[in-house]
Parts: sequence; structure tokens; C-alpha cells
Amino acid sequence: MNESELKYLKDLAKKIRLDVLEMTFKAGADGGHLGGAFSCAEILAILYGKILRLDPKNPAHDDRDRFILSKGHVALAHYSVLAGRGFITRDELNTFEESGSDFPTHEIININKGIETSSGSLGYGLSIGVGTALNAKIKSKNYHTFVLLGDGECNEGSIWEAAQSAVKFKLDNLTAIIDHNKQSLDGKNIMPVKNLEGVFNNLGFDVHTVDGHNFEALEKIFMLENKSDCPKIIIADTLKAKGIKAIEGQEGWHHARLNQTDYEKFREELEKS
Amino acid sequence: MSMSKIFEYTPENITAWTRAGMRKSFGIMLERLVECNKNIIAITADVASSSGLKDYAAKFPERFFNVGISEQNMIGIACGLAKEDNNVFVCSFAPFVSMRAYEAIKILAGYMKLNVKIIALSSGFSLGVQGNTHYCLEDISIMRTIPNMKIFAPADVLEEAAILEYLSDYDGAAFLRLTGLDGTPGIFKSDPDFDAGKLKFIREGSDVAIIASGSVINECIRASRALKRDNISCAVLNASTLKPFDYETLKNIADTYGIIFTVEEHFISGGLGGIVSEFLAGLDEKKSRLIRIGVSDEFPTAGTYAYMLERNGLNAENIANKIKNSLAKK
Repeated sequence: MNESELKYLKDLAKKIRLDVLEMTFKAGADGGHLGGAFSCAEILAILYGKILRLDPKNPAHDDRDRFILSKGHVALAHYSVLAGRGFITRDELNTFEESGSDFPTHEIININKGIETSSGSLGYGLSIGVGTALNAKIKSKNYHTFVLLGDGECNEGSIWEAAQSAVKFKLDNLTAIIDHNKQSLDGKNIMPVKNLEGVFNNLGFDVHTVDGHNFEALEKIFMLENKSDCPKIIIADTLKAKGIKAIEGQEGWHHARLNQTDYEKFREELEKS
Repeated sequence: MSMSKIFEYTPENITAWTRAGMRKSFGIMLERLVECNKNIIAITADVASSSGLKDYAAKFPERFFNVGISEQNMIGIACGLAKEDNNVFVCSFAPFVSMRAYEAIKILAGYMKLNVKIIALSSGFSLGVQGNTHYCLEDISIMRTIPNMKIFAPADVLEEAAILEYLSDYDGAAFLRLTGLDGTPGIFKSDPDFDAGKLKFIREGSDVAIIASGSVINECIRASRALKRDNISCAVLNASTLKPFDYETLKNIADTYGIIFTVEEHFISGGLGGIVSEFLAGLDEKKSRLIRIGVSDEFPTAGTYAYMLERNGLNAENIANKIKNSLAKK
């Protein structure tokens, strides 16, 4: 990765965090899912800035890569990166959580805006991804399916049902990423999956663990071809609320309501980063 | 409705379907449909043999997926495929495919408006002695609260063929409720002339109207024949489309008959009786009385299919008695 590329991705991630902060502040008492949005900012930035084969001018193109946001509560980060890539306008982004908006807390399927599924209830994205990956196999299409999961989301049994299917159907055109920030709504390690790597490895996945905030490391793993007949899983080691030193990895930021002081303080820190 | 029909209601086909019963006829019929509509994909949660899909799976392996015992995953995979313009049929036993997978169905089929047809095998009391885990007496009730979901329940295997043919052309979410015992003769003798969304007379009658859904309509017809001997004339209507419901015909029925009975192999709340009573409650002028026949609010003691119908007031004799007694009280 050259320097200009790295700078582009860093700017994209910074923009995601600034947008998420702004949207959360503007939402007032309704707040926003800031913690998990910040933990996956680099993952979304590299996917949308480098990895996914997408065309904002032709968002429904049959050969586009499918990106499925399974941890749907971070839709605000997704909206930001979709705006950054020109799938939605800044005006549309600004309607986040407004009454009647097409961009509520949890996203709604809208292929022409680059949104592949409706999400918000956890645990379904991997099954849907198995479906889109199977479709590519049936129709001999070359697109790849990417699914972004939360680690808390992996408490849902349906994730493990889908994982078995991905292996059985030999989906080497499927990559799941776990935003492993070690927290869910109630805090740290509420129901940790012991040895995520080992579990997915035993299931038959091609497993990679990576620093989820490091673009070079992420790029290396994303660029690796899937092992033949094998779905890939990237366990991205991340920090909840990453990007603001005072709250990184702290509890209480899964869903945030921001006061003026914190908002300004956080914005200043992000702008300087 | 497609103009050229795929299924032929020949004596040979009728015999084969009747012998197979509703659930295994599904696989036999889907095999025929996939030959005509290349876009069909079938998914099962480990019940290929119970749904008649074994031959289909052997003939069209690229159009068949067995996801094992994972119903919500099955709905998720179906929706991923449906999103990519495939015409997806999923099946499992009714309680599992409806209740275990309910939220997945709500979000992925209903909310996302995807083209997924859910085939609920052996609903009602079809699984007889297997007990309450395997009965399905709630599916109409829970499915009809999902926007964008259509619900059908054929009266017999002939109507099942007609509905499946309709569903193969329909682009959207639908739930097909299959009931009854294998080998039970149907009520239709030839093309059932299925019209999606229509409540249709199976038998004319002037004193009371029985509205029924699913294979239990057989019992209603037998009850109406028995009542005829007592000079009670019963109309029998087939509600094979439960959603969207044919309120226009229902309004006519409510205007014409002083007493309406609903009969269903389902809990008494929320199903067909619920649909009809909600409608009648909204009428400005009530001309007719409604009596709902169905399973009361308790888990019934398990037994054979015939035993379950009898114990829950759903066999011909009990239906006839209920109607006779209700008229006497009038």
C-alpha cells in the first residue's frame, strides 16, 4: 500500500468517525451507536475504499460484490461510507434518524443506494451471505460476498447455523469479518466466545486474525485468495469507540447520547488525528 | 392466473397425489414446476424425504439445498437467494418453519419483500400421535400479522397443485399451510379452478354458512350432508386464501346468512375465526351470529389424527352437532 492510498483510507475512516459523531450529536436524545461504529471504521473504509468492486453509478450491477452489514446497528457508519463513495448524497445522510427518513437507526434494503439488506435484528447476515454466495456459484458469477458481523452478534445461534452451511456448501466466494471489540450493549465479555479462532477453524473456515485498525494488515488478509472450497473469516481485533482516547475500550458507549461539551471535545480530537 | 395450466388433473395424477398426501405431493409437484420455471430453488431443513423432494434433489441437484436442522438459517439463505432473483421454495414441518423461524420470516421475507415461499408441512394435527411439539395450531395467527405475507391453505391435493402453480408465478413472500392425512380422498374431482384471494362456495345452502380452511373442509362437507337429513341446509365455503382475505364475499355472506360457522384445525384465536370475527366486529350493522369451531386455549392430549379431530370438535359428527345445537338455541 503506497502512502497516498494509505492517506486516502485514513481520511475515509476519519470521515466515518466525524460523520458518526455529528449524526449521533444531532440525533440528540435518540443518540447513535457510536462505539461499534468507531470500532469498524477502518474495516468499512478499506472495504469501500479498496476491496469491494462496486460502481456508485451502477449500484445494482449484477456483478457487484455483495456487502452485507449484519451488525445493523452501525448503519450510521455504513451511511457515511456510502455517502463518501457517492451512493447516497450528503443531504440524504443528514436525514439520519429523522422521522420518515429512508435512513433510520437500522438500515433498510435499498440496492440503488448500495444497501443490500434490512438489518437491525442480529444474527441473519451470514445466512443471507450464504444465499448470495450460493447464487454466484449457481450462476457462475465472479462476485464475492462480504459479511460484517459483531462479536456480540456471534452469541446468536443462527450465526453458527450459517457457519455450518458456509462450510458445507464450500463457499470460497464468501468472507465474513468479525468486528471483535469484546463488548456488547451491556458491556465487556457478557457472553464471550472462547477461542473464536479455534472454533471457526474447527468448523472448517480459513481463519485470519488481524489488527482491525491497521490498514496494511487488513489489506494483506483481504487480498489473500480464499483457500479452495473454503469460506474465509477475518477476526478483526478492535476497540469499541476507537479514535477517542478517553472512551476507547470503555463501557457505556455502545449507544451514545452526546452533550455539547463531549461532542466538541471529541470532534477536536478526531479532527487532529 | 397463468392461462396455460401446468398441472393436469387426470385420474392418474389425482391418484398419485392423493396417495402421496399433501406434504409429499409438494416435492412431486415442484419437480414438475422446476421443469417449466427454471428459476425455482428448493431448500429443506432435513425433511427432503417427508416433503417428497428426494427425486427432485436427485434430478436437480444444483437447484436443491439441504441446510440441515436450521430453520432460521434456511430462511436467511432463501432470502439471500431470493434477493438475487431466484424463486425460492423452503419447507419444513409447520411448527418449526413458522415458529422457530418466525422473526427471520418477518424481517427477511416480509420486511424485505423477498420472493420466498414457505411450505409448512403437516400443519394442524397431521402428525397425529407425535404430540404438541409437532402440531401446528398457531401458524395462521402469527403469519397473518406480517405485512407482505400471503397465506394459503389448500382443501386437498388438487387445490395444492393449483396453488403451487400460482405461487410459482408469484413474486413475493407466501406461506402455504398443508394439512390432512395422506391418502384421504379430496373434495375436488377435477381442476379446482383456484382463484387466489377468493372465498368460494363448495356447497350451496340456505340456513347457515360454514367457512372452513384446509383439509378439515372434508369434515364440513360430511357434516352438511348429515344436516341435510335434518332439514338444515348448510353452505360450505373454502377459504383457501387466508391472506389477503376475500372480505367482499364475506360481506355478502354476512348479509345473507343469520349464522356463520368457521371451522379450522387451528387454535380458536387468531386464525380463520379471528379473521372473520374481526371483520364482523367492524360492520356497522350486524345481521349474523358467528360461532368459531377450533382448538380451545389448551394443549390437547395427543392421539391419532381422527382422535384429535374428534376430541377437538372438528370431525363431521361434532361439527354437525354444534351447528344443530346452535340453531336450537337461536
